[in-house]
Amino acid sequence: MTLKQTPLNAAHRAMGAKMVDFGGWDMPVNYGSQLDEHHQVRNDSGMFDVSHMRVVDIKGSGIRNFLRLLLANNVDKLQQPGKALYSCMLLDNGGVIDDLIVYFMSEEWFRIVVNAGTADKDIAWMKKQAAKHAPQLAISDHPELAMIAVQGPNARAKVWEALPGSKVLTENLAPFNAVEMGTMFIARTGYTGEDGFEVMIPAKAAPLFWATLAEKGVKPIGLGARDTLRLEAGMNLYGQDMDETISPLESGLAWTVDLKSERDFIGKAALLANPPKRKLVGLVLLDRGVLRSHQQVHTAHGAGEITSGSFSPTLDKSIALARVPKDVQVGDTVQVAIRDKMLAAKVVKYPFARNGKGLI
Amino acid sequence: MMSNPDNLKYTTSHEWIKTEADGSISIGITQHAQELLGDMVFVESPKVGRKLKAKEECAVVESVKAAADIYAPVSGEVTAVNSELDDKPESINSDPYAAWMFKMKPDNPSDVAALMDAKAYKALVDSEAH
Repeated sequence: MTLKQTPLNAAHRAMGAKMVDFGGWDMPVNYGSQLDEHHQVRNDSGMFDVSHMRVVDIKGSGIRNFLRLLLANNVDKLQQPGKALYSCMLLDNGGVIDDLIVYFMSEEWFRIVVNAGTADKDIAWMKKQAAKHAPQLAISDHPELAMIAVQGPNARAKVWEALPGSKVLTENLAPFNAVEMGTMFIARTGYTGEDGFEVMIPAKAAPLFWATLAEKGVKPIGLGARDTLRLEAGMNLYGQDMDETISPLESGLAWTVDLKSERDFIGKAALLANPPKRKLVGLVLLDRGVLRSHQQVHTAHGAGEITSGSFSPTLDKSIALARVPKDVQVGDTVQVAIRDKMLAAKVVKYPFARNGKGLI
Repeated sequence: MMSNPDNLKYTTSHEWIKTEADGSISIGITQHAQELLGDMVFVESPKVGRKLKAKEECAVVESVKAAADIYAPVSGEVTAVNSELDDKPESINSDPYAAWMFKMKPDNPSDVAALMDAKAYKALVDSEAH
């Protein structure tokens, strides 16, 4: 099978990237040291090609009502144009189809950004539900839009240097808000626990924007560091920390599921009928070693499993997210089976690091 | 790309082997292996005195990305481990042919002589790249 390429493929190769098959996409995993790239984002600014993610626009009248049904989080939290919301989209049985960000631009236009690996099934699901509940809506996806995330304490200032005119528009943009600038769409969002922007830009214009950012000193960051940054920031990865077989309430995502309002949504009945028995916790390894996904966790309340584990460059320790019985508490010591050994880990509240600093 | 030193022997599992003056051998991982694994963050060495059979799993290196097993290149006994790697696993990245992980006293020195030379190892790496 031929791997799919983003508009920045040649740029990655020219910058010395090591390319890997990432769910059918030919993507940079690192350009040099993954650890250096991680610190670069925590301490200065880095840029990520996230063009494999898919932009979906919903247009028409009655979108809000449709999204009230489609999404587990409550779009009524979105009242100011430009405001964004993180949400899960659930199956009837409460399993997670995908996690996404929805931007409210107007009552006639909401924009949704979904994961690359799930984009096709997400769009099929949205269209199926719309056919049933809101056939007047137009749902279109935009693979012709590239996306570049610029993240780090200096990220916004670098974008302002690279994109003349963007400062005036985005200087007062609050976190989790977006604004249009010509053919571009600038959102103050990200997946690193640092300040910054995610910029959607027509594919043709992406290489020049990328090159300009590089000229301004923004370093390219691969998927390797993207994963350690998001893990430190305590952000879930779809397919690893949750999927169609797992409830968001057992995935650390209860804060994104609105069970309080009267509103009905797809999956709500199943969630109410099946209270969570497990929960997602943070682990810090006390012994030497590295936590990895699928390692078994032994607790006083039964067995659990690591969903995401790695080495934390900020803490200089190994950290993980683990799904464990709900009675496990922060402060408990648990045992993790690593090869032929049982190693001690401490249960902690996550995130592990954000805004340049370790929090553990 | 850094070349593989001619005075070393190599395995198909990407360890290098250096015969020391006293007849013992030092074992580490190759430039190619460290490049594949990326930034090293943890090394688990075998215990001194452990008797190993050729191709037995005996140590682990972990990078940020992945864990990789290290295999005994020949049969013999572990005589030393490089504890400096506990605090500086990154020296495997910066100087793979100096960062030895452990030493062994081989049961049969001829087993070491029979391992791949630098030229054969280069051919192996080249063939894996295609």
